[in-house]
Amino acid sequence: MRADRRLIDALRDDLGCIGTKEGCSIGVCGACSVLVDGKLLSACLMPAVFVSGRAVTTVEGLARGDELSPLQDAFIREGGFQCGICTPGQLIAATALLAERRRPSDDEIREWMMGNLCRCTGYHGITRAIKAAMA
Amino acid sequence: MTYDYHEPETVAEALDLMARHGEDAHLVAGATAFTLLWRQGLLRPGHVIGLRRIVGLGGITATDKELVIGATATHREIERSADVARHCPALTRTFASVATVRIRNQATLGGNLAHADPAQDPPPMLMALGAEVVAASAAGERTIALDDLFVDVFTTSLRSDEVLTAIRVPALAPGTHATYLKFLPQTADDYATVSVAATMRFTDDGEVADVRVALGACGPTPVRARSVEDALAGAVPDAARIADAAARVDADIAPFDDVRGSAGYKRDMARVWTERALLSLVEGRA
Ligand SMILES: Cc1cc2nc3c(=O)[nH]c(=O)nc-3n(C[C@H](O)[C@H](O)[C@H](O)COP(=O)(O)OP(=O)(O)OC[C@H]3O[C@@H](n4cnc5c(N)ncnc54)[C@H](O)[C@@H]3O)c2cc1C
Ligand code: FES
Ligand code: FES
Repeated sequence: MRADRRLIDALRDDLGCIGTKEGCSIGVCGACSVLVDGKLLSACLMPAVFVSGRAVTTVEGLARGDELSPLQDAFIREGGFQCGICTPGQLIAATALLAERRRPSDDEIREWMMGNLCRCTGYHGITRAIKAAMA
Repeated sequence: MTYDYHEPETVAEALDLMARHGEDAHLVAGATAFTLLWRQGLLRPGHVIGLRRIVGLGGITATDKELVIGATATHREIERSADVARHCPALTRTFASVATVRIRNQATLGGNLAHADPAQDPPPMLMALGAEVVAASAAGERTIALDDLFVDVFTTSLRSDEVLTAIRVPALAPGTHATYLKFLPQTADDYATVSVAATMRFTDDGEVADVRVALGACGPTPVRARSVEDALAGAVPDAARIADAAARVDADIAPFDDVRGSAGYKRDMARVWTERALLSLVEGRA
């Protein structure tokens, strides 16, 4: 692989995993959120060579077969998305949050999720979904 | 066009690679800044040297005398370190205020200091805490006080044959209070419009025994506000004295217009937030 490929290029173009989206390309919007060894990162800022030998989780890896993760299920039930372009990133960011803090407060949810922009939902549905998944 | 990527496992190997490739080599740690500059075509090295596998550059250690933060420690590691929180809670808050969790998981302190964007958060706090960096080259090691590190926008006094290896933060004198305030009028994950770091210690009579003030986003480099410090040294810091001292910050800064505000607005905000920072330290003493 070319040394200057980013993780987002490797995922989408080389592996065809197009669940992860590219929005801003400068680390701000969160659309490209992925987990690398469980850590939340921007695939648009990460050189692909940095993940050699590490586990990368994208939105494609959240469900087990046909069984959605509790967060995915809650996003559907609580109206956590509309157009859906930000949703893979929201789900990955929320997955990282709940892995780190089992019961985050409302403030902790807002503070953690502030790096994942959404032009549609007004964020209430997203926060509701995360709280529902905790329940 | 692309570059050759190298991942040395020791500082000595990194220095060797730097010597071999000279100006054609560029270091990366978290690579957040580098990736953006590369994609914009602003950097075109033939060789990129990744520091992340060098074990000796990571980690955080604390003794009674100082806190030592490895150059490749991420912002998030520092934010979550119990040693850092014990050393200075304001330092923990400074790192927690950088961008978002995603960025803090990847970006390193060494990369932050070497990148030298004047609006970054750690530099003014580390200046106010009297920190220094350790730089290694084939010629050996030297230390550089944070006050002497920043030369201009994106420019430091590190030489191109040097690797920044660690950041040393001396223990605060007992009774020292510290704060970091980041003014964010736009979004919570933004760079500061202005930021103010300050430390203060009082005599038993309530006079200012020690004070250090540094600002970010107020010119081409983070700056010490020496005029403010001089106006407070030895004084009883009542509200009037603090207001007077804070107004003197105008002489220490050289802000410019950008998307986060006009130079004039930043001058006003530098005064307001310097006053707030100083007041919070005086009130926090009780
Ligand atoms: C979206 C976004 C938002 C941000 N918001 C903030 C913010 O609010 N506050 C803030 O403070 N910062 C912010 N940053 C900046 C971020 O903290 C810095 O970009 C980051 O610290 C650089 O770290 P890095 O490890 O990724 O550096 P890299 O990109 O790896 O390197 C940056 C530069 O430093 C040099 N370098 C790296 N390590 C060393 C070393 N050990 N010795 C010598 N030279 C070295 C490299 O050669 C390169 O020139 C933001 C960045 C992004 C992308
Ligand atoms: S595309 Fe990576 S953060 Fe926006
Ligand atoms: S659902 Fe459309 S941007 Fe979030």
